[in-house]
Amino acid sequence: MSTIKKIKNLKELSTANDRFEGAHLLCPGCAHSIIVRELMNCTDDNLVIASNTGCLEVSTAVYPYTSWDTSWIHIGFENAATAIAGAEAMYKARKRKGTLKDPDAPTKFVAFGGDGSTYDIGFQWLSGAVERGHDFTYICLDNENYANTGGQRSSATPIGASTSTSPAGRVSYGEKQKKKDMIAIMAAHGAPYVAQLAPNKWKSMVKGFQTALATEGPCFINTVSACTTEWKFNPKDTIHITDLATDSLMFPVYEIINGTQLNILYRPKNVIPVEEYLGAQGRYKHLFKPENKHIIEQIQKDIDEKWEYLQRREEAKV
Amino acid sequence: MAEKIDLQEVEVWDGNMAFSHAMRQAQIDVVAAYPITPSTPTVQNYAKFLADGYIDGEFVMVESEHAAMSGCVGAAAAGGRVATATSSQGFALMVEVLYQASGMRLPIVLGVVNRALAAPLNVNGDHSDMYLGRDAGWINLCAFNPQEAYDLMLMAFKIGENKSVRLPVMVHQDGFICSHTAQNVKPLSDDDAYAFIGKFEPVDEMLDFSKAITYGAQTEEDWHFEHKAKQHKALMDSRAVIEEVFAEFEKKTGRKYKRVESHLMDDAEVAIVALGTTVDSAILSAEKMREKGIKAGVVAPRVLRPFPFDEIREALKNVKAIACMDRSAPGGAMGALYNEVSAAMYASDARPVIVNYIYGLGGRDLTQDHLEGIYTELKADADAGKLTGNIQRFSGLRGPKLEFFK
Repeated sequence: MSTIKKIKNLKELSTANDRFEGAHLLCPGCAHSIIVRELMNCTDDNLVIASNTGCLEVSTAVYPYTSWDTSWIHIGFENAATAIAGAEAMYKARKRKGTLKDPDAPTKFVAFGGDGSTYDIGFQWLSGAVERGHDFTYICLDNENYANTGGQRSSATPIGASTSTSPAGRVSYGEKQKKKDMIAIMAAHGAPYVAQLAPNKWKSMVKGFQTALATEGPCFINTVSACTTEWKFNPKDTIHITDLATDSLMFPVYEIINGTQLNILYRPKNVIPVEEYLGAQGRYKHLFKPENKHIIEQIQKDIDEKWEYLQRREEAKV
Repeated sequence: MAEKIDLQEVEVWDGNMAFSHAMRQAQIDVVAAYPITPSTPTVQNYAKFLADGYIDGEFVMVESEHAAMSGCVGAAAAGGRVATATSSQGFALMVEVLYQASGMRLPIVLGVVNRALAAPLNVNGDHSDMYLGRDAGWINLCAFNPQEAYDLMLMAFKIGENKSVRLPVMVHQDGFICSHTAQNVKPLSDDDAYAFIGKFEPVDEMLDFSKAITYGAQTEEDWHFEHKAKQHKALMDSRAVIEEVFAEFEKKTGRKYKRVESHLMDDAEVAIVALGTTVDSAILSAEKMREKGIKAGVVAPRVLRPFPFDEIREALKNVKAIACMDRSAPGGAMGALYNEVSAAMYASDARPVIVNYIYGLGGRDLTQDHLEGIYTELKADADAGKLTGNIQRFSGLRGPKLEFFK
C-alpha cells in the first residue's frame, strides 16, 4: 500500500527526491517542468511514466540522454494513455503470476500529454483507457497550442488567441472557436477523480496529484502550463502569468469527484478583469484594437458565466 | 494458475481456433485486442478461454487496432509475454505502431489473418495487409493451413523472445480459406507447448525499478541511422535462430519447417512461387501437371522477413520458367514477390524466365483450371527460352485480358 507523502513546505517539495533531472531542453520559463516536478516530487512511490509526443517528450529524451530517472516510455503523438494502460495491465498480470521483482513496492502509472495530444489527436486513446478503468493518472500539460511544432491552434486554444494556424490579421481576430471543455468530458466518463490545477497554486496541485495517485482507477488532471514562447511573455514571468490566469478565473481551479461532486479549490480574494491576463501576453495583443474589443467582452462574459455555473454546481453538490 | 485443457491427439480446428489455442498455451501476460473480420474469432475464442478460467493473463479489449498495438507496446516494455491478432483495415490502422514496436525491439506476437484492403470494401482474403507491413521490421512467418498456423504461432514466441533476436513476429494465414476452414490439427499438450516456448525472460523491463529505463527516445541524423542499421542486422541475424527453433520443433513433433518450402522441385522445369493457401492448391496442380508430362514444382517462402534470398536462389537455380504469384494489387509496379524473387535470381548465374501473376484479389478463387493455365504458359516460356507473353499477367480476372510489360 502506498502512503501519501507529507509535504511541509515549498522548499521541501522543490528539493525532494528528484526523478526528473534538471538537464532538459524545455524553453527557459516553460511551466511543463514545474508541473512534472510537482508530480514526481509529491510521491515516493515507484513511477512508470508515459509521454505523448510533444514539448515534454522531445525535450527530455534525446538519445543518448534522458531526463527521466524512472521508467519512461514514449510511443507516438496519440497513445500515451494506451501505453500506460498496457504497462498497468502487465503489472496486474505479473503481480498475479508472481513474476515481479519487487511485488510489494507501491507502483503508480502516469501519462503526460500536451493539449494537442489530449484534446485532439489522442482523445480516442484517452477516452478508451479511462472507460476501461485502468489504474492510472493522466496529466494534460495544457498550454493551449501545438507549441512543439511552432504554435498551431488546438481545440484547447481559446477564442481570440493568435496562433500560427489561426493568426490574427487584417480581417481576423485569431482563433474563432471556444476552448473544448475537457474537464466536463472526462468527468462525464465517470472517472473517480478529475481536476483542473495550476502550478502556482502548488498546495492544491500537490494535493490533487496525491489524491489522483492514491485513487484506484483512471484520474484526469488538466494543468495550466504557461508557454513563454507561444503566449509571448518574458520567461521570468511564468508564475506571474499563471497567477493572472487563476485570479482572472480564465483557469478556475477545481475538482470533480466521481463525475458528480464538484469542489472549487481556489477562490481568488480579488478577481481581476480578464483584460489584465490577456494584456500581459502577445498572443492577445490584437484584441485591444477597437474592432476586436467585443471579443474581450465575450471572453469576460464566458468566464463570469462559467464561474457562476461552477459555484452553483458546488453548492448543489452535483 | 489457469486451468489446462485436455486436447485430443487430433483436433478439428479452423485457423483462428489454431491461433487461439497456441496463444492460450503460451500463457501470455497481456493480450490487447480489437475485433475485425476475419481474425475476430481468434480474439473471441481467447475471450471465451478467459471466461472459462483457462487464461490467467490480462485481456484488454481496447477501442481500436492502433490502441491494441499501443497497449501491446506498453505491456511488452513492462516485461512480459504479449500478443494480439488483426486483419486488413485494422492492420493498416496499426501500421504506425508496428514500426515503433520493432524499433523498440519488443518481442510482440501478432496473428494476421490476411484480408484485402479497401476501397472497395472487401472482407475476403488477399495479401494486401501482409504486403503493407512487410518493411515494418518484424519477422514474418507464413502459414498455409491451420496446422501450420498453430505450429508457427507457438514458434513465433520462441523466436521473437530469443535474447539475440528481441524482435516482434507476425504469423500470417489466409482469411476465410484458412481462418474459417476446419481441418485436422495435431496440437501439443498444454504442458508440452509451454515447455517448448519456455518462460518469458524480461529484458530492460519498466517494472524493475532498480534501474531507470527510457523507451522511445528521439534520435536524429546523428544516431538514427546506427539504430536502424542495428535493427536490420538483428532481423537478418534472426535467420539462425529461426532455423534452430524449426529444428527443435521438428525434434518434438516430427513436423519439419524450412525458411523456404520446396515441393516437387528436384527435377522441376517450371515452378510457381506463392504464399498462403495457394501453396497447397499449387502442389495439387503440380502433381496433375506431372501426369501430363510437365515437370512442375512449387516454392513457398515460409519466412517472408527476413527474406530468404539465398534459399530462394538455391531452390530455383535449375528452373527454366518461374511464376511469381502476387495476391495484392501491385499499385503501378510489378508484384512484390516478383520483385524480390527476381532480385534473388539476378544475383545468381541462372537466368530463368520470370513471370508475374496477379491473382485472387479480394478473395477471388484461384481454381485448378487457373493453375493449369499458369503452368501451361510457363511451359511455353520454358520451351521458348524467353517470354511468350507479357511479364505481368492477371489470372482469374473477368473481361479483356490484362497484361503489362513486354
